[in-house]
Amino acid sequence: MSDPNQSPDASDSWNSPTEWLRGEGEANDVVLSSRARLARNIAGCPFVPRASRADRLRSLDASREAIMAGPLASQMLWLNLHEAKILDRQILVERHLISKQLSKGRAGQGTVATEDPRGVAVSADERLSIMVNEEDHLRIQSIRSGLALASAYREVDEADDALERSLRMAFSPRFGYLTACPTNVGTGLRMSVMLHLPGLRLTGDIERVKRAAADMNLAVRGFYGEGSEAVGDLYQISNQTTLGRTEAAIIASLETEILPRVIEYERLSRRELTSRRRLGLEDQVWRAFGVLSSARLLTTEEAMQCLSLLRLGVLTGVISADLCDVSRVHQLMLLVHPAHLQRALGVALDQEQRRAARAGLVRGRLTSRA
Amino acid sequence: MKCDQCDNEATVHEVTITNGVKGERHLCERCATSVQPMSLPIAQAIKQVVTSHARAAMKPGSCPACGLTFAEFKQHGLLGCPDCYAAFESSLAPLLERAHEGGVAHTGKRPQHAGEVQADPRPESALQERLERLQRIRRELELAVKAEQYERAAKLRDELRTFGVESGGGDPGTQRPGPVTE
Repeated sequence: MSDPNQSPDASDSWNSPTEWLRGEGEANDVVLSSRARLARNIAGCPFVPRASRADRLRSLDASREAIMAGPLASQMLWLNLHEAKILDRQILVERHLISKQLSKGRAGQGTVATEDPRGVAVSADERLSIMVNEEDHLRIQSIRSGLALASAYREVDEADDALERSLRMAFSPRFGYLTACPTNVGTGLRMSVMLHLPGLRLTGDIERVKRAAADMNLAVRGFYGEGSEAVGDLYQISNQTTLGRTEAAIIASLETEILPRVIEYERLSRRELTSRRRLGLEDQVWRAFGVLSSARLLTTEEAMQCLSLLRLGVLTGVISADLCDVSRVHQLMLLVHPAHLQRALGVALDQEQRRAARAGLVRGRLTSRA
Repeated sequence: MKCDQCDNEATVHEVTITNGVKGERHLCERCATSVQPMSLPIAQAIKQVVTSHARAAMKPGSCPACGLTFAEFKQHGLLGCPDCYAAFESSLAPLLERAHEGGVAHTGKRPQHAGEVQADPRPESALQERLERLQRIRRELELAVKAEQYERAAKLRDELRTFGVESGGGDPGTQRPGPVTE
């Protein structure tokens, strides 16, 4: 054990690209990242929402022991979230390593939300993270850059096998893996992709895609999952059903039925914009560049919206590579978020101050030729 | 039979054997709960019977393991524990079928232990022992702090640290085998 004052995010990791913005892998012009998530619960323990503080401490201890004293230990870092600073928790949310729900905590019998015993284990490469005491005792997730559903699933499957060596998971032969919310029961598997769909929004075809996905019983959600807006033209598509289909079938239906079509539609829209509607596209992209390089106040939403158009501009050749490239756009997509912004500047800022600081940071990074 | 202490009907009968001498007591429920010293197991048994009856009377159709009612589940959409699935199986089945596009039974990965006879649902082994020790140290630490035995508390806290666990408060509790970014 090394320095106890260090935490996974107290290092300089905030400044490095996180997996979902690495910009690598198959179809990375449209697919930012693929994610697999398994929901698991420990047999014989009440589910987290109904568990007392003592119960939650027990499931936390058991999970941490299984992760940090088992086969996964060498690659994982552990953080007690009830003892972590709010900024550190927000950094993890912005890097998609924990959910907002886990960051906030959950009030319960004998505990207030902030002191709710909970934690996360994150792998050094930030691909694998295991949330403990979210809605389920264990939420094992793996993120991969680009379209890579199968390899993301393989990683959570192996992590699950490793945990199972010391934990007995709640399982019923009829209903499969038992989860607090019955919408996750069965495989407990949620596969999702984060898509960047600015072309479909500009051509107005995004609603058609949403309807097609809904018809196939897939959920289309915004940037931060359930109930969130599609900030920066970023959409998540995921399976909704987990019972009665194998893991392979869940992956296959996303990978072969819906995703190739959505990716193709987005590419078609971009081609349509660059050929028949070139001037309109250039106008949109350069306006966005103008805002990003000149504005004195920027909200996260406006910055993300403009960065989305800038990304589209770079990928369609409207913006030349020597002016800005995709990796710089990705870096900014992370840095404009509140916690990363404050970490980058090294000071705590309120919302008003952040708008000014954000505009300054973006302006500086876009106009420097480094 | 009348209660040894009042005119009510005796419902609690206690037989004790002390140094080979048999003793009997017959009490009504009211006297049984107020009289000390009743032997502890019987007092506990009464309490258990009374509370389980009370719970059953208050919450018809509740999960025997966690006490969640189906109405509470419908209100929040979350189940209380793994046993809820068996407790509410007949009511849940049609809901699950609808939510999962006709999926009614699990197919796919199964845990290694699923093939075994479920003799004991708890994780056995060294892990269980470690956890029990961890719980015991935590309790002792709490008591030591309350009793202001700081030297002992410090010793217990050091012991907790050997588990890689923080005692709460102060520095963020982390285990850190290496840096986040290489």
